[in-house]
Amino acid sequence: MSNQRYEADVVVIGGGVTGCAVARELSRYELKVWLLERTEDVCSGTSKANSAIIHAGYDAAAGSVMAKMNVEGNRLMDQLAADLDIPFRRNGSMVLCFSEEDMPGLQELYVRGVTNGVPGLRIISGDEARRMEPNLTDEVVAALYAPTGGIVCPFNMTIALAENACENGVEFHFLTEVTEIRKCGEGYELSVRETGERTNVPASDSRKAEFGDGADMSGETAADLQEAAASENSVVRTLTTRFVVNAAGVYADRFHNMVSRRRISITPRKGAYCLLDQEAGRHVDKTIFQLPGKYGKGVLVTPTIHGNLLIGPTAADIGDKEGTYTTAEELAEVTAKSARGVKDIPYRQVITSFAGLRAHEAGHEFILGEPEDAPGFFDAAGIESPGLSSAPAIGAYLAKMIAEKAGALVKEHFIATRKGIPHVAAMDRESRAALIAERPDYGTIVCRCENVSEGEIVDSIRRPLGARSLDGIKRRVRQGMGRCQAGFCTPRTMEILSRETGIPMEKICKNQPGSEMITGEI
Amino acid sequence: MKHHDIVIVGGGPAGLAAAVAARKAGISDILILERDNVLGGILNQCIHNGFGLHTFKEELTGPEYAARYIAQMEEEKIPYRLNTIVVDITRNREVTYINREEGLVTIRAGAVILAMGCRERPRGALNTPGYRPAGIYSAGTAQRLMNIEGYLVGKEAVILGSGDIGLIMARRMTLEGAKVKVVAEIMPYSGGLKRNIVQCLDDYGIPLKLSHTVVDIHGKERLTGVTIAEVDANKNPIPGTEEYYSCDTLLLSVGLIPENELSKGAGISLNRVTSGPNVNDRLETEAEGIYACGNVLHVHDLVDFVSQEAALAGENAAEFVKRKASQAEADAAADGEKRKNAATAGERAAEDGERKKTVTASDTEEDAQPTHADRRGHANVIPLIAADGVRYTVPQFLETDGMRDSVTVRFRVADVYRDRYISVYYDDQLISRKKKKVLAPGEMEQVVLTKKSLAEYPRTERITIRTEVE
Repeated sequence: MSNQRYEADVVVIGGGVTGCAVARELSRYELKVWLLERTEDVCSGTSKANSAIIHAGYDAAAGSVMAKMNVEGNRLMDQLAADLDIPFRRNGSMVLCFSEEDMPGLQELYVRGVTNGVPGLRIISGDEARRMEPNLTDEVVAALYAPTGGIVCPFNMTIALAENACENGVEFHFLTEVTEIRKCGEGYELSVRETGERTNVPASDSRKAEFGDGADMSGETAADLQEAAASENSVVRTLTTRFVVNAAGVYADRFHNMVSRRRISITPRKGAYCLLDQEAGRHVDKTIFQLPGKYGKGVLVTPTIHGNLLIGPTAADIGDKEGTYTTAEELAEVTAKSARGVKDIPYRQVITSFAGLRAHEAGHEFILGEPEDAPGFFDAAGIESPGLSSAPAIGAYLAKMIAEKAGALVKEHFIATRKGIPHVAAMDRESRAALIAERPDYGTIVCRCENVSEGEIVDSIRRPLGARSLDGIKRRVRQGMGRCQAGFCTPRTMEILSRETGIPMEKICKNQPGSEMITGEI
Repeated sequence: MKHHDIVIVGGGPAGLAAAVAARKAGISDILILERDNVLGGILNQCIHNGFGLHTFKEELTGPEYAARYIAQMEEEKIPYRLNTIVVDITRNREVTYINREEGLVTIRAGAVILAMGCRERPRGALNTPGYRPAGIYSAGTAQRLMNIEGYLVGKEAVILGSGDIGLIMARRMTLEGAKVKVVAEIMPYSGGLKRNIVQCLDDYGIPLKLSHTVVDIHGKERLTGVTIAEVDANKNPIPGTEEYYSCDTLLLSVGLIPENELSKGAGISLNRVTSGPNVNDRLETEAEGIYACGNVLHVHDLVDFVSQEAALAGENAAEFVKRKASQAEADAAADGEKRKNAATAGERAAEDGERKKTVTASDTEEDAQPTHADRRGHANVIPLIAADGVRYTVPQFLETDGMRDSVTVRFRVADVYRDRYISVYYDDQLISRKKKKVLAPGEMEQVVLTKKSLAEYPRTERITIRTEVE
């Protein structure tokens, strides 16, 4: 369907994992879909700073939407990872119990998990747990073991969903902030402020946008876009749409409350983490939780899909929706709590720390679908943990609902798969050599800690929805994510980004406009 | 598989000096593998003067110093590959590198010299709280952006850490019109050279705040300021001493870490204090025929000492290659003979068993506890022990068999000491002591051990280097 009265059939607000999953699922249908993102890239908010795990699904209350989405999302991950070339591994998870008194709590978790439909759950003794994970402390008396727990790269997952959505026709508008939403006939009228222009309209010839085949900037040079981004005079305009999807993370309450009287309130619940060097990455194999307390799941210790060790998060409600700072107290708390379940964590090998904001809604439940008084407006609100795990299911659920309501047909030529950027260092010798012979820039290593080649960096920029900032490159190919934290490769990467896009060096940003790396020439 | 007599990993000051020395020692088949697009390493971005006072008896800039060695390289026609990164080294000296022209290549080396240098400790390693905006650079990264790429990294800066690069960059930024507001150092003393504090801070009126650190970082996109606080004896910030500095740039000069990922990959154990390989007096690591020199071995203050050390590694690697060659010749001659004798195989096995025995040093109190490599279980290996304020020594072992007439032992002290002796003991016997007015961790010290004096104490089991008050 294409409703001529509206510019878009569906506008998705927010380019996090939820928004991108919804957009990708919507792109299965004959619908004109726009995704509006306030920042310069997808995966710039909550989706980029979390535990990077796929929960098994025993945590959420039995019968809750959260439980349903989590278990379903987890189930969908194998296929999704295969289709979209997302690094994903079912490493299994454990919930540690530290005293006999707490055993009923562990039992309860087990029963809840079984009720939620989590496969393979077992309660194991402390000794068995230690046999599986030799670095668990002697304090552990028992554990709930969930073989379906997994680890994933949240950046790659979000970017893969977005790229695939883009390839299937979704228009992405970055640096585009929604300021108002008004009912307009059956649909909605949105006021948007464009703080810069960066639009990735799908290429008419989709093959052009495929890997390795050059940049497609939709006729505008990136330099122009960046220029616009930097200008003080942002442009305000309106657009109309039949349906809205509210996937705005910590800001979801703002948009919901613009159209509905049934108000919701999202509180940023901050979680701080420490990330350790890959040398510490095998300290545990499974994701190690502690029995949940008052604030969520406490502190976990987990390997990441890229082989680092991640510990955290803390949990503190804050007022500031942009408050992604860490405090000394939080970092100390992460350290102290993690040591209870896992011994000898080499804290000296911390390479970075960060904080993310959970979009916590008072009822601790996902709010999915239309408010009674705002038909056509679909919430994906209150998406806190297990939001990453649930994203595939939320996407499918909302897209189906919207398509049905719109009477949209399933697209005949939906492209279900997407190939990621080759991870050259992980290839076997022959494939790597062959690739370098074909594209010599895969043979120039730029980031030596993570062994990222110039070719991979170039790919990260040239792909559909390619990177336009250093963080964008980092999230796509891990440049600068290693132990030197971009000490050596920053100048070179800036140069490549500038060369590939035409963005002058002075305008190269770490992430958002305003985060320029240098202040001028000497 | 291609073979080269000596493969040098890294074309910075250490790699260059090692190559030149190895060539002078008679090895013609040398290959340097350099990851950057020019030789010279970090020297290229060190455009300030002060290099070469020991080596050339004159004051050069970094690039000038490098050029002297590069000229020798060219003169000797020593081959090198640029934009080439080594991705793997094995214990039996197979080196795998990658570049855009050749792709992935594995070569066999008669000897390997590790000269990869070091990297800077990043902000993440300090776990400094706050936001993560643009404008936070390790000092060397900023130095590269300014001196090689030609860009200003910021207009108002605070520098955390008083390592030499931080001090140099304080002056450099000031000269380019930036305002450097303060240098904060968490320790009660500076980690840099005294001369740099005078010439880079004092001369420009830049305050150095000892026992201070950054406790908060402000600004979501670009840095807007930092909070600095005084720290107590345990390096914990003292509440109430916080001071806010507005700035758009924070430079970190908080330590250098030898880049030993390749060494670790080769199974070479590292010293806990230096983060470099343990080496004998020939600068050979525990892997036979693999040598280490320069900042990959331990972080130096002066490039002159890097060159000296690297030249030694180059000469020793050359000797090793030549020894192996003559051995191979002798072996070939004796081969037929040996085959007849079935017992030889048994002997070899016994010998191998002997080699695998490890010796554990009894002194566990010391920081610089060397790990004994398997092949060091011989009587002629004497461990060097760092004690009483000496943090480590390089080398960590002396092998009296092939010892030169004199061996320079370099080390750093653990704290600032005044009027102390540096003493050398053979077991419990005091051999030499030298009084120093000031000893500081920022300045590398050295003592020289001679073959002659050691010959007088043939039963020496350990050599201890310590500081003493009286």
